Amino acid sequence: MTLDVLVVGIGGQGVLTAAEAIARAALEAGYDATKTEVTGMSQRGGVVCSQVRFGERVAASEIRPGAARLLIAFEAAEGLRWSHYLAPDGCVLLDPWRAVPPIVSSGMHRYPEDPAAELKTAGMKILEIAARATAERLGDARLANSVMLGAAAPSLPFPEDALRDEVLRRFGRGELASRNAAAFDAGRALVCQYVEGDIQDRN
Amino acid sequence: MREFLSGNEAAARGAWEAGVEVAAAYPGTPSTEILETLAGLPGVYAEWSTNEKVALEAAFGASLTGRRAITAMKHVGLNVASDSLMTLGLVGAKAGLVIAVSDDIGFSSSQNEQDSRFWGRFVHLPVLEPADAAEAYAMARDAFSISERHQVPVLLRLTTRVSHVKRTLATAGREAPDASRHGYARDAERWIITPNHVGKRLELRAQRDAALAQESAASRWNVLHHGAERQVGFVVSGAAYHVVREAFPRASVLRLGFSHPLPLALARELAAGVEHVMVVEESEPLVETELNAAGVAVQGRKWLPAHGEITAPALERGVARLLGKPEHIEPQVPQKVFPRPPTLCAGCPYMGVYFWLGQLSDAVICGDIGCYSLGCGEPWNAMDSIIAMGASLGVAHGMAKSFAGNGAAKPVLAVIGDSTFLHSGMPALANIACQRANVTVLLLDNRVAAMTGGQDTPRLDFAQLVAALGVRPERVRKVDPYELPAFFKVLREEIKAPEPSVIIAERPCVLSRDFVRRRALAVLEEKCNGCARCLDVGCPAITVTRRSREARASGRVVERAWVRIASALCTGCDVCAKACARGAILPS
Repeated sequence: MTLDVLVVGIGGQGVLTAAEAIARAALEAGYDATKTEVTGMSQRGGVVCSQVRFGERVAASEIRPGAARLLIAFEAAEGLRWSHYLAPDGCVLLDPWRAVPPIVSSGMHRYPEDPAAELKTAGMKILEIAARATAERLGDARLANSVMLGAAAPSLPFPEDALRDEVLRRFGRGELASRNAAAFDAGRALVCQYVEGDIQDRN
Repeated sequence: MREFLSGNEAAARGAWEAGVEVAAAYPGTPSTEILETLAGLPGVYAEWSTNEKVALEAAFGASLTGRRAITAMKHVGLNVASDSLMTLGLVGAKAGLVIAVSDDIGFSSSQNEQDSRFWGRFVHLPVLEPADAAEAYAMARDAFSISERHQVPVLLRLTTRVSHVKRTLATAGREAPDASRHGYARDAERWIITPNHVGKRLELRAQRDAALAQESAASRWNVLHHGAERQVGFVVSGAAYHVVREAFPRASVLRLGFSHPLPLALARELAAGVEHVMVVEESEPLVETELNAAGVAVQGRKWLPAHGEITAPALERGVARLLGKPEHIEPQVPQKVFPRPPTLCAGCPYMGVYFWLGQLSDAVICGDIGCYSLGCGEPWNAMDSIIAMGASLGVAHGMAKSFAGNGAAKPVLAVIGDSTFLHSGMPALANIACQRANVTVLLLDNRVAAMTGGQDTPRLDFAQLVAALGVRPERVRKVDPYELPAFFKVLREEIKAPEPSVIIAERPCVLSRDFVRRRALAVLEEKCNGCARCLDVGCPAITVTRRSREARASGRVVERAWVRIASALCTGCDVCAKACARGAILPS
């Protein structure tokens, strides 16, 4: 039995770095893990998707459509693009931030009106995580990656701080580490509020 | 030590541990990280060669002097190296020589999907096919001793799903290079492949083939696993092994790691114990054809995807069809989302080039391989053909010669990058020059191999080089692609000149260390009239904020678009400002 996590976004958003952190945290927690990379043309502003699988023993590295327990989408339309990979009991963490490419702004294609609403209509469990907006509020859009991982942490079967330690490990002890720590914690707080709100709604 | 490595990193690590001393490669997805990794390890001379043939020859030269050597390339790179490769199949190698080739299954970043295992058959080389990073590591280590034992280069065939998937593996220390192997003595009969030596080499090759078949039959890399399930047994190599294990964990499987020469006895043994044998191989039905020819009844391609990666659901569907069972239905995509084709980077010097090429409505533009291939797309649509590395010049030459004498001839241009020009463009330019073909060559010099991640290319004087190849110095022009008006003037002059000319467009790649970012630009709303000319630049930093349609008094409808410049992306290159007729784009 494996746990499959799909991390998606566009070139330059740190999708591969985020996937790597999850895979390494899984290894640290004693699981076997695989992670796929994407390179070449897709990096030039194109679609980027990295697949992480972990469990006692992982065979194929590719996630089956309909099998991902967690879909982490760094961009709204990308969340929609990959949503058929989600398992019926899976969850989407979706940044509602929109990256509108020239192919859309030039009028050749249409950006989906409300990707989050479409996912909900399709019956998917979705948590909107404003990672990009939070990162900008923290002073650097590049922190979105850490915000999103913070939001993902409670959904992963690792000890509380395993993913956080893995994310921060690559930044040493300097200012970058403390900013990413703040971003990670902000992400975790976002998702906790969400879950509490969700419970209140149900009550 | 336990590490989490991609197949490329692992293959490099295995080669390093085996004491490899020389590594030469030309970058290409999905193989690039092999040399990048080796370059970071001690005790290895590693270089980006000018092309794959040079890289193979360099590695072979090192092998001749008793040093273990590796070369790495993508599948189409081996086509370039193949002339020398064919001879190496005859003369063999001395110190261990490994050719790591990675096939882009699913052609995510290539002009085709190609099965490098054919080279093993064509050149009579042993082929090792790792299923994952752990095997890439271990096989790379083994490959050198196989190479030395049989005095033959070994083909280490990787694919995207091996090269670019990370898995854990245990690494060890480096075996010290064997100094007693070092040294060189002339051996004309062996290394000079004149016709009088060929006959003997062919005989020796036949003996080697027999010895390799024995080795493969007993290799630890070929394993027959007897499963409890006996309806369908599988013959599988490469990353598809894990797919078979995932989809059919209880099946009997012949796992081919040393896949050429084929271990026929193991295949017969598998076939004897199951009702059907399914060969699971990506790209071409090669093993399937060979097993059937050897009298082992197997199936495969008929039930499996004809190209691209074979996934577990695809394999399950194939087996269900083979057995006449109902197929599992895949979840449907909720909505078709717009495509995100790759774009040039904001500030890319190629945008200045394509801004003009996109406006040459009657020219033929032969393209080449690199980031500048993107000129074939929106908004420029400035390309007629892209064939292979260096092919722009040869194709342009032929078209120009065919057009010659035709009064209504279209101007013929070729667009080629610096790395690609050095890779395989030079012979064609010498041909253009000496045959006096009326081709205008745009040599885009951004100082790196950009598409594969910015590998350095040799720094040399391209103006002198192309003049030395025979282009008249008056027809060799240097331009700055950011300077739109000056660039266009030169472009017009050289298209008009009835002889070969070369325009060298010089600017460093925005991702290279030489690139200097300037202050971001912004649109001055009150000056902008929505003419949308800036959108013809194709810069991803410029996006449309609103559109309108206006009917003129003449009845003509004019489309207008207002734009915004994303300051975080903008590099201040000023190309859009120069394209703007209203002076509405200024530093922010």
